[in-house]
Amino acid sequence: MADEMADKLSDDSLLNHNLLHPENDGIDRRGFLKCMAWAGTGALCVVQGGVLRSFALNSPEAKRAKGQLSFVQISDSHMGFNKPANPDVVATLKAAVDKINALPATPEFMLHTGDISHLSKPSEFDNVDQILKSARPQEVFFVPGEHDVLEDEGAQYRERYGKGTNGAGWYSFDKSGVHFIGLVNVMNLKAGGLGSLGAEQLEWLERDVKHRSHSTPIIVFAHIPLWTVYPDWGWGTDDSAHALSYLKKFGSVTVLNGHIHQTMQKVEGHITFHTACSTAFPQPKPGEAPSPGPMKVPAEQLRSLLGLTSVDFVRGKRSLAVTDSTLA
Amino acid sequence: MRKIRLVVAFAMLLLMAAPGPRRVWAATAPGSAPATAGGTSPIAPDKASAGVDVKIDNFSFTPQEITVKAETTITWTNRDDIPHTVTSTDQVFKSKTLDTDDKFTFTPTKPGTYSYFCSIHPKMTGKIVVE
Repeated sequence: MADEMADKLSDDSLLNHNLLHPENDGIDRRGFLKCMAWAGTGALCVVQGGVLRSFALNSPEAKRAKGQLSFVQISDSHMGFNKPANPDVVATLKAAVDKINALPATPEFMLHTGDISHLSKPSEFDNVDQILKSARPQEVFFVPGEHDVLEDEGAQYRERYGKGTNGAGWYSFDKSGVHFIGLVNVMNLKAGGLGSLGAEQLEWLERDVKHRSHSTPIIVFAHIPLWTVYPDWGWGTDDSAHALSYLKKFGSVTVLNGHIHQTMQKVEGHITFHTACSTAFPQPKPGEAPSPGPMKVPAEQLRSLLGLTSVDFVRGKRSLAVTDSTLA
Repeated sequence: MRKIRLVVAFAMLLLMAAPGPRRVWAATAPGSAPATAGGTSPIAPDKASAGVDVKIDNFSFTPQEITVKAETTITWTNRDDIPHTVTSTDQVFKSKTLDTDDKFTFTPTKPGTYSYFCSIHPKMTGKIVVE
């Protein structure tokens, strides 16, 4: 099936949705929407300088070339959750690993954007570690979710996943010339507030990026969204504006988050924000339910609302290609 | 037969008219959840040691605001399908992580206002006013 679709989705058939009218802000929305409609079949959509390019997943352009970086983001595995919205989060995390292992080119590594466990229990962390052992990309970078730092201010999380990190677990590293920054915004939350980075982490971040060239592609990953998705449900970070101000000079910034258990994207100048699905259970769209809790759907629909995100970076291109796929 | 029925009926009437337990009213903030959402505790003599229940569900504390006498035991029960905590904003009390059906109790001894929230989902807030 994937091959048939690939044949249909040739470069020519998907290209040619250029801009645009003079008053346009450079974003080809119609083309973008058209592309998104095909995204579920395995097309790769890339926005470069306002022009949409798209190609089938297994085309030569999509394969990993020299200078290309590809990795996968998974999120919100909530190991230990066992309520009706998904009585078997082990099976769905395994399904995510199977999907990753079935990708045409093995991603170099994985990011897990938090809520690894559901109740910060050692057995829950152990189970996730065990399942991820069978993923082809063996290197995994984590940031904690609020469910990972219960009872002990995150001591167990840091012991397991935070060796060599700073403070509550923030850190940065480089891969193929791309600078990755893992932030922690789930500690010391204040009553009535949203996620929080805190002064110490912000100072570290400012120092970390201060002397980097503005042409360095930046990828920031953190659990709670770094833009205000829906404040009533706590879907945002109180002090993210400070963090983003330090990244203003960079030509390409991609922010990858989790927490909301659905995909959402926003572009603001040179910054692209993207949230990933959960591998455990879906949550309602903002405002479409009384609260942001686990959303129960008919069993046969569950996996179509869970998923993972593939990210591809090609040297010389300003934007990253971000592709969501479900577990269905 | 008729006489016995009359006696039984009269006895029942007496029982029903007997002084019953008095209610401890938990004041609710305007616009808060209706009574059917699990409001006041129905059993409470005027001894302050009787309890008041707060339900945790749908990312809310219900009733969100309660007024009690000192030495009243407050019991939170998590009916949500997600864990929550009951955490005082002034470090007066803090529950462990409460999964579904877990409970936490706190008995305030001094009058005052005790604000609290869920440390995992900080948008969830509540208030206890102790007289």
